[in-house]
Amino acid sequence: MFDDLRDLYQEVIFDHNRSPRNFRVMENADREVEGFNPLCGDRLTLFLKMDSDKIVDASFQGSGCAISTASVSLMTEIVKGKTEAEAETLFKQFHEMTTGKEENVNLEAIGKLAVLAGVREYPARVKCATLAWHTLDAALKNEQKSISTE
Amino acid sequence: MTAFPIEKIRAEFPILKEKIRNKPLVYLDNAATCQKPQAVIDSISHLYSHEYANVHRGVHTLSVKATDRYEGAREKIKNFINAKSTKEIIFVKGTTEAINLIAQTFAKANITKGDEILITAMEHHSNIVPWQMFCAETGAVLKVAPINLQGELIYDQFEKLISDKTRLISVVHMSNALGTINPVKKIIAAAKAKNIPVLLDGAQAIPHMTVDVQALDCDFYAFSGHKLYAPSGIGVLYGKQALLEAMPPYQGGGDMIRKVTFEETEYNTLPYKFEAGTPSIADVVGLGAAVDYLTEIGMDNVAAYEAELLDYATKKAEQIEGLRIIGQTKEKGAILSFVLDKIHPHDIGTMLDSLGIAIRAGHHCAMPVMDFFEVPATARASFAMYNTKEEIDVLMSGIEQLIEVFG
Repeated sequence: MFDDLRDLYQEVIFDHNRSPRNFRVMENADREVEGFNPLCGDRLTLFLKMDSDKIVDASFQGSGCAISTASVSLMTEIVKGKTEAEAETLFKQFHEMTTGKEENVNLEAIGKLAVLAGVREYPARVKCATLAWHTLDAALKNEQKSISTE
Repeated sequence: MTAFPIEKIRAEFPILKEKIRNKPLVYLDNAATCQKPQAVIDSISHLYSHEYANVHRGVHTLSVKATDRYEGAREKIKNFINAKSTKEIIFVKGTTEAINLIAQTFAKANITKGDEILITAMEHHSNIVPWQMFCAETGAVLKVAPINLQGELIYDQFEKLISDKTRLISVVHMSNALGTINPVKKIIAAAKAKNIPVLLDGAQAIPHMTVDVQALDCDFYAFSGHKLYAPSGIGVLYGKQALLEAMPPYQGGGDMIRKVTFEETEYNTLPYKFEAGTPSIADVVGLGAAVDYLTEIGMDNVAAYEAELLDYATKKAEQIEGLRIIGQTKEKGAILSFVLDKIHPHDIGTMLDSLGIAIRAGHHCAMPVMDFFEVPATARASFAMYNTKEEIDVLMSGIEQLIEVFG
């Protein structure tokens, strides 16, 4: 049953979809950016608390598919404590993992995010996984506006 | 009625033999576009192999043959929708272009600042955006009649929105997101009483029922070939002859003229006035073949068979816990739009795909409908005359399995 999908829907993804981490509105957030995928209606708001160039807290609100929910949930966990530069590097790695060449991905750096590597085989779903990271990118560049995958 | 020849029909659609992810294809995305019978595929291949040249131009044999095929298709389509004349059948790219054509010609000539255009809240974007663009340009006002939670037009409110300023009513015949069939006869009668022209967006209705434009008495009817078992890139705008005669042309170019000098141009007669440039000749021929194919089966037979399919699917779907059908009116075409508790339609779409089942997951180009039902998207299974109850069983079992996996 759904054997072909085991690479895409790993247990970690179901887990984060069922109980997303850091799923809350952040009072006094330094950065707040909305991400929207008009193709499927996924919508999220990302909140960041910064201490100079360090992300000290990250949270989100919104609704989306399992892939997009798990992706943003995992992202908020992993970027906490990272500097802006480190987060940007992770974004590039994540982008490479989902759309680029497998051999360019540093698996050690990517850590837990590797569970999302499966979307590479599902072009229609790549944007579900990358929405969170494009939103983070906009937040780090301090673009206080909505971003869209389209 | 003799039994619907489902086995014969299925055998005539080659793509239905395809395997998707090693499973037999269960194609339930027919409202997006439907598959093509061998007769349509062959008609195109035959034209290009034996009878292809440009139409309406050459004196040579092939051009005459191609023109015969092209105009022959127009005659078939005229009969299929019971238009009075082939002059009322304008070939366009599809429903979208047909509606834009009306906005660019009829509307520009007849609708000005402060005038109103009335649509419904269940329109496809193609029957919203052209009017928004037109209104932004001219200062005309777009009025939207509301729908209820069953996905039906609230007719009383619709009628109240018809005012002395209403210059055009443009309504979807059957909704692509909900399946709702609108009470178009009643709408047209109310419009006629006030002398307001009516455009029907027939993109979804035409593959599912007999459409008789004279019986409907609509002024314009727009539809696409690709949802009618014909090629993509071809569609039809039907218009009453007197209205079309009075309208300015759409695009300028070859074929739409009778005489050109640098001082002035005399436009061609109907229907050519609206068909500038070399048309999509083979696709028109393909549409003619599709119409022949459907005429032989009989659209009333198609409608009766699909009503059975929808009824079967609806009853099965209602038994699944956590499944909510979006669009629950009794007057419905063969569309089952639904959402599942806590499972996003895109996940449903991907999971069903792994079982060989093709459905649509998304907003169906009807974002205002999604907003009304407060869902980001729906999953939509849409049926065609080649679908079977066994395929619906596969779909329902797939839904039950994925609910289990999501836990």
